[in-house]
Amino acid sequence: MNKVMNKKIKEIIGKYDVDKTSLIAILQDMQNEFRYLPKEALVETGKHLDMPLARIYEVATFYNAFSLKPRGKYLVEVCAGTACHVKGGFNLLEKLERELNIKCGQTTEDGTFTLEQVRCLGCCSLAPVVRIDNNIHAYLTQDKIPRILKNYKK
Amino acid sequence: MSKIVKIEDLNKAAQKGLVTLMPKKTKIMVGMATSGIASGAAEVYKALDEEIKKRKLGIILKKTGSMGMDCIEPLVDVVSPNMPRMAFGRMTAKKVPALIDQIVKGAIETEKPVYVIDEEEFICTDKKIKYLKGRRPAALKDIPAIGDVPFYAKQVKLATRNCGVIDPENIDEYIARGGYFSIYKALTKMKPDAVIDDIIKSGLRGRGGGGFLTGNKWRSCREAKGDIKYVLCNGDEGDPGAYMDRSLMEGDPHSVIEGMIIGAYAIGACEGYIYVRNEYPLAVANLAKAIEQARDYGLLGKKILKSGFNFDIRISKGAGAFVCGESTALMASLEGKAGEPRAKYIHTVEHGLWDRPSNLNNVETWANVPLIIARGGKWFAGIGDKASAGTKVFSLVGKVNNIGLVEVPMGIPMKDIVFDIGGGIPEGRAFKAVQTGGPSGGCIPATMENLPVTYDDLWKAGSMMGSGGMIVMDDKTCMVDLARYFIEFLESESCGKCVPCREGVHRMRQILEDICAGKGRKGDIELLENMSAAIIDGSLCGLGSSAPNPVLSTIKYFRDEYEAHIRDKKCPAAVCKALIKYRIDVDKCTGCGRCPKVCPTGAARGKIKQAHTIDLKTCIKCGACLESCNFDAIIVE
Repeated sequence: MNKVMNKKIKEIIGKYDVDKTSLIAILQDMQNEFRYLPKEALVETGKHLDMPLARIYEVATFYNAFSLKPRGKYLVEVCAGTACHVKGGFNLLEKLERELNIKCGQTTEDGTFTLEQVRCLGCCSLAPVVRIDNNIHAYLTQDKIPRILKNYKK
Repeated sequence: MSKIVKIEDLNKAAQKGLVTLMPKKTKIMVGMATSGIASGAAEVYKALDEEIKKRKLGIILKKTGSMGMDCIEPLVDVVSPNMPRMAFGRMTAKKVPALIDQIVKGAIETEKPVYVIDEEEFICTDKKIKYLKGRRPAALKDIPAIGDVPFYAKQVKLATRNCGVIDPENIDEYIARGGYFSIYKALTKMKPDAVIDDIIKSGLRGRGGGGFLTGNKWRSCREAKGDIKYVLCNGDEGDPGAYMDRSLMEGDPHSVIEGMIIGAYAIGACEGYIYVRNEYPLAVANLAKAIEQARDYGLLGKKILKSGFNFDIRISKGAGAFVCGESTALMASLEGKAGEPRAKYIHTVEHGLWDRPSNLNNVETWANVPLIIARGGKWFAGIGDKASAGTKVFSLVGKVNNIGLVEVPMGIPMKDIVFDIGGGIPEGRAFKAVQTGGPSGGCIPATMENLPVTYDDLWKAGSMMGSGGMIVMDDKTCMVDLARYFIEFLESESCGKCVPCREGVHRMRQILEDICAGKGRKGDIELLENMSAAIIDGSLCGLGSSAPNPVLSTIKYFRDEYEAHIRDKKCPAAVCKALIKYRIDVDKCTGCGRCPKVCPTGAARGKIKQAHTIDLKTCIKCGACLESCNFDAIIVE
């Protein structure tokens, strides 16, 4: 496993010149590949860009798109935009917490779902929305949630 | 593709574009912006594609951006010989065979269009082209023209002129609408200073919210010392409840690119960056394609239009940080650093990205630029309000019937947007307020519904234009909860660099949470006001110094609601969970058994055909019963 990971890390880094401006782009590629930022990835990126690990860590923890913990197979993002909020999006989050038996920010034990809140998906006309694995579920109500989750579990 | 050098080349591309834009044969367009896709447009597109192929029909199938009326999506537009353009709303894959049937027959049967478009307006060239020469077929007599649909009647589409009309992946269609003629005009007929003069004359102000005069900003950047200068596009649309820029980047990426090329020429910049939110993958994809096409045509790159002017654009993806919408934070992020703002006494037009002169404008601002150059600054200044020229795109969302993107002339009264365009409040509820300006803005109460929407009037009312989110609220929206919501947002998005914002906003969130939880104390309102004053004075960047706005404006207009929470421990809008109770109206309850089924804790109970009850001890106030009840029997108070 680690060998495969190391190879992938090298592959991603290899695409970029030694240019500190590329840091965010490299981390985005890593995040897309592993669905989180493994420690090895941060260390290797630091070596490549000749930057101290603390600087890499600063950027990795500053932006919401990065996660230092492994995320589940499917990312469940509950929109917390204003339109979703006034239409009761917070009730969807609580429903998902109950259904998945985890709190916001956690991953299910089987590694299938990670539940997170996201700052506005820009689909305000369809509020309230939840995005699962990049699919947007519009006008969502609590009663639809169990069936939607079931479809992903298959 | 050969490069565009002369006006003839542009004309040729325009003709090519017009062939697919307004074809002689049948064309079907599916609105495939993110909102369209989320409402099921991709399935409709697939069904159309399969049906057309199965029947071997020579119909052109195209993807377009969003026309703005998101509440009727998926939207399918049909252009047929001897017919006007017809818009079919709420389309589904199931309805596709019937739609194709009637298109083939040239008739109107089961599928009726929501509206028709008799002629296409080409605003850049000030031309109109009719779809059909004679009268509309009798079957379409009762269908309203787009201009008579209340949602569109008061709109003026300048920035969004091409959204939902052109195929965003086709540069020729953009050119056919008058696109890239402006950069040709600027490069061949205007000196950079003349371009800036025209933008100043237009009165165009920054659409990202600040409202700074765009032309003045350009001039400062032009006059700043330095060989290398940058033009930047702020596509980090972080305001929750706003998606105008997403729609523009997805539906008409070339207008943004052309605007930037013109800006770069005027300022003397050689490189440009578009900073796009990480949450907008389709916008990134469409922009990237558009940039490629512009390069192929020689509209980006070295010696543009065979002149001595070199300019190219790169896309940079954000990584999810609200503060990066702030200019200095955005530039730090472009440099690959954490997006922390810096003090603004050093202007970014002189020392911006990599310490070089940089001019940053928002997506919508850039999209207006080609049109201003095409029609002249004087023409643009005549639209809208005297001090706020032109139009503004708003995302009209929340508790309003017609949800969508609207572009209105500045100065239009608030109530025209909410009631005429928006169609009023759903379920006949009372209109309470409109929130504008995102987390840095404020709430305008229903009593001020005549307020003209301009930069200055909104500012005076305690809110701001912001990037254009307009969230309508009814009497079921709690203003204290809304203030808490925004402050919580700002607390988590504060970069943490300066103390007043980091600690002050944190403490304000705690106080507001206490008030919502029924633990508010006498004097809390005054404490919030005092803290707000300190945060406004002491914060480094715009995010911090505007953070208290949602609290201050709700206190200003809805102080009684705060007092009800604090003094009476009541939430008048029945939102704050600690202060509300669920019960069942025994007269309305039919005992259908739905609520006991959905109740997660077993609090809702009762026998079939007998009025149910809710046990307050076990009720977690999740709202599942309310959502499931078909008889309005669940009362929240």
